[in-house]
Amino acid sequence: MTDTFFEILRPGINTTIQDSGRNHMYHEGIAISGAIDQRNYKLANKLVNNHLYEAVIEFAYQGPLLKLKNNIINFCITGDVIFKIIRKNLTIEEGICYKNYALEADDQLDIISTKNTAYGYLSVNGGFQIKKIWNSYSINTKANIGPNKGKKYNIGDKILIKNLNLKNIKQIELDYNESSDNVIRVIKGTNFDYFSLKAQNQFFNQEFLVTKLADRMGIRLGGHKLENKIKTNIKSEGLVRGVIQVPADGNPIIMLSDHGTIGGYPKIAVVISADLDRVGQLIPGTIINFKEVSLEEAQNIFKAYTEDTNKYLNECN
Amino acid sequence: MIKNISNLGDAAVYCDFGLEVNETINSNVIDYFDHLSKLVNEEKIKGITNLTPSYNKLIVSFDLNIIDYSECKSLIESLIIKRNNKRNNKKIKIPVCCADEFGLDFERLDSKLNINKDEIIKLFFSKEYFCYMTGFIAGMPFLGDINKKIRCDRLETPRVKVPKGSVGITEQFANIYSFESPGGWNIIGNTPLKIFDDLNLAEPSLVKPGNKISFYEISQEEYLNWND
Repeated sequence: MTDTFFEILRPGINTTIQDSGRNHMYHEGIAISGAIDQRNYKLANKLVNNHLYEAVIEFAYQGPLLKLKNNIINFCITGDVIFKIIRKNLTIEEGICYKNYALEADDQLDIISTKNTAYGYLSVNGGFQIKKIWNSYSINTKANIGPNKGKKYNIGDKILIKNLNLKNIKQIELDYNESSDNVIRVIKGTNFDYFSLKAQNQFFNQEFLVTKLADRMGIRLGGHKLENKIKTNIKSEGLVRGVIQVPADGNPIIMLSDHGTIGGYPKIAVVISADLDRVGQLIPGTIINFKEVSLEEAQNIFKAYTEDTNKYLNECN
Repeated sequence: MIKNISNLGDAAVYCDFGLEVNETINSNVIDYFDHLSKLVNEEKIKGITNLTPSYNKLIVSFDLNIIDYSECKSLIESLIIKRNNKRNNKKIKIPVCCADEFGLDFERLDSKLNINKDEIIKLFFSKEYFCYMTGFIAGMPFLGDINKKIRCDRLETPRVKVPKGSVGITEQFANIYSFESPGGWNIIGNTPLKIFDDLNLAEPSLVKPGNKISFYEISQEEYLNWND
């Protein structure tokens, strides 16, 4: 049993444990969950010398204020995040993302907010002292599955940290630049022909707004009400991350990691795998465009995305 | 059998078994689901991350790092599926309390269908239902088919929170809200049973596709004293 832990002095808006996700449970109605931004999740682990699929803390917008108890750890924050380290002697250091730091007992980590993206990640060397459920550490707040009884963290909660292995850690700072492109590439959905020609053209040629109705389940878009010429409901069927459904009100919804496993609205398109990290990170008020790509193009773009991820991971060595 | 196979994005195969909703088509879907699940569990095939059966579709999600659409499609097309006639004949009885505090939409159903609460209850409890699928939220079963006289559209404005345990009906279907959730079905009662149990790792969902479900009415007192 470890005696090292984070005490939560301020929980932040939506602070949970996440990993690569919980597979093989869609048929029970359990979403995949997992880190919204999988590349930043892996980088966070790599930068503290963890296995790539170790559990991390994910936060959204305002992050947590954490106090470390009883030991020294190494941590790293990835994403577009403003944070401070408040040392025990009350000196304050401005934090830099993609850089690992040592944190000592009674130091505080104040994750103030994300900037131009929604989610950030906090990894600690060795990972957290938590159990997997259905082969994943991810907290699913919709079904109360995972660590912390499947709930987001609250003030006073403790997050236990595993026994530490500090000698393997070297100081690294990764030069990471994410493109801030707002073009989201998609493949036409299985109900694309439910929409009028006008709606099909609007979907690919006009702008959409990311509304405030955005969370880990999905993102509601505004802008153009897409006219359905056949039926606004289909017989409910499976969904996957990235599906864009259009309900009767005509405003598209992009499904993210905590989405309902089945849905009954027509699917106009599906975001390609390589763009899922970027889509999940969109913040309300952002204007986006959709661009159609073929299946073959999507597969090639995914290869490039994977190579890019590996390039950054290798730079952490 | 599968009528058409297409891609749903770049990391899922969309298997279409037809447009109608009936037990025959759904059993086809489940036969494929069972067969693929077994292959995945025994690690005889690689790269499949999720299988999502529904009324008349099966979605096979895969890891694009391991296989791609054409490989996954060929794999599905090469399967030789045996009909399983013995499977899924489990019968489950579910207690439901229809007291006013739980039966939220009897008035709505009466005004839409011109049928009173007693008649709705009589028709609803007198039939055995088939479970077509589980999903949307963890453990939620989609059951059918309910009597034609009590079929009604969803609420015009869905509730932001439907209480956990609520039993709802819409179109030819009935369901049970295994968790508090947004929802637009007509709520006629509530069950004290645990529909989803995450401590039961092997079988967290009480009701599975193919199961036969019957409901029976309990009083408010029985509901409050219920011990799972």
